[in-house]
Amino acid sequence: MRRVAVVGVGQSRFGELWEKGFRDIVLEAGAEALTDADLEGREIEAIYVGNMSAGRYIGQEHVAALIADYAGLAEFGIPATRVEAADASGGLAVRQAYMAVAAGLHDIVIAAGAEKVTDVGDPMEILSASVDIEWERFVGGSLPALYAIMARMHMETFGTTEEDLAMVSVKNHRNGAKNPKAQYRTEISIDSVLNSPYVADPLKLLDCASISDGAAAVILASGEIARKITDTPVYIEACTQASDYLALQNRKDILTMKAVVKAGREAYRFAGILPRDIDVVEVHDSFTIAEILAYEDLGFAEKGRGAELIREGVTELDGDLPVNPSGGLKSCGHAVGATGVRQIVELTLQLRGDAGKRQVDAEKGLALNVGGTGATAVVSILGR
Amino acid sequence: MVPRFWRKIKYRYDLVGSYCENCGNHFYPPRNFCPVCRRRGAVRETELPDEGTVLSYTVIRDGEPCVVALIELKNGSKLVSQLACSPEEVRTGMRVRKVFRRYGEDGEEGIIHYGTKFVPSE
Ligand SMILES: [Zn+2]
Repeated sequence: MRRVAVVGVGQSRFGELWEKGFRDIVLEAGAEALTDADLEGREIEAIYVGNMSAGRYIGQEHVAALIADYAGLAEFGIPATRVEAADASGGLAVRQAYMAVAAGLHDIVIAAGAEKVTDVGDPMEILSASVDIEWERFVGGSLPALYAIMARMHMETFGTTEEDLAMVSVKNHRNGAKNPKAQYRTEISIDSVLNSPYVADPLKLLDCASISDGAAAVILASGEIARKITDTPVYIEACTQASDYLALQNRKDILTMKAVVKAGREAYRFAGILPRDIDVVEVHDSFTIAEILAYEDLGFAEKGRGAELIREGVTELDGDLPVNPSGGLKSCGHAVGATGVRQIVELTLQLRGDAGKRQVDAEKGLALNVGGTGATAVVSILGR
Repeated sequence: MVPRFWRKIKYRYDLVGSYCENCGNHFYPPRNFCPVCRRRGAVRETELPDEGTVLSYTVIRDGEPCVVALIELKNGSKLVSQLACSPEEVRTGMRVRKVFRRYGEDGEEGIIHYGTKFVPSE
């Protein structure tokens, strides 16, 4: 296998982008990535697009070809492929692009992720199609409800509190306030989280990431070519994927995302490092409990002791292991298919030293993108 | 939307799951392939026990409060279901039994969906 590097990154703003369409935000992200890499569109050999539900959100399918077209690449006839794994679609698009370059099929590939959700009334309802709709959704098990069931069990089993969960949200908003591309650039207090209305007890409104519009893009190149394109290549040292039972009720241990554990272990083995070697992390905090579970399932804390990391400030921007310096899904907004790509954009900026006010000191970064309640997990390890 | 729910009525109304005679595992929703034994499995339909225990729950506050719980039945199979009780009543460890209730309907004049819910049994 060949080494693979990120040579360019871009993203649209995330948020309620009423004035922009799907094509607009994708082009914004793609153009920024090309400018960042100082490449011409015609140098791109393939496109992978992470997108969950364009058919339901905007009524448009066949979006990979659409994106190739509007990126001005239809003329070259390059392969354009859509990748879907619910809200892990973006991470998976990066993995497909990574595999294509690592395998030697292509030298320069773009992985994009995009979702336009605000054109419909209830975007969370569509996102909840990532759970088992016949057996979980039918009885009321929406995505927030199922995460709430996990949250309560974690609290009653391990003593995690609503304050612990709130602190995740507060931290991510504090970080996101420093990110010009984030949807919510305001700090919030513990009290404001705790006093926000319950969506699904014990999760409150401010425990949940909002579903947003947004797009992100990364350009990957083989190691050899990368050095010619940029002085600051960031290498993808591992990009792994695992799956689990779709429905929560079929899992033996509701409090462990087995797919995250498996993808994480394989990623560490592949990169030849241990969890303690990671300096910066972007995880899938679609709900605050998900970040606590990620601390545990990725090996940063023992099972049941994830909340200690947030209590002790370990995962703050100035802590030993900054988690979600971008602001995470919570502050950036969760643009579903774009989120996994946005995470790679953030790690690349962090490792290059281009992260501005939220910059941390890091040589190795890890990203976790989760689909649904954990039936898909994609873990990437990046290093400079 | 009708056919999708209609064809599952037998399983929803009576809580019919599957049992693998090779490994002794119970599954709900029913499967025709044992995920543990795979090709060596011997799966047959079985009616699940009426009673179980609440492992965890949530109260959905999107409109009229609605209790949704993860329930472990007496044979060890787990399922997510609604509890027909008040949010104040529910607690983890509570014993529950199944009942036949209305789940919703497709619009004002559409078909009504029924299925299994649970009520406190203590
Ligand atoms: Zn079996």
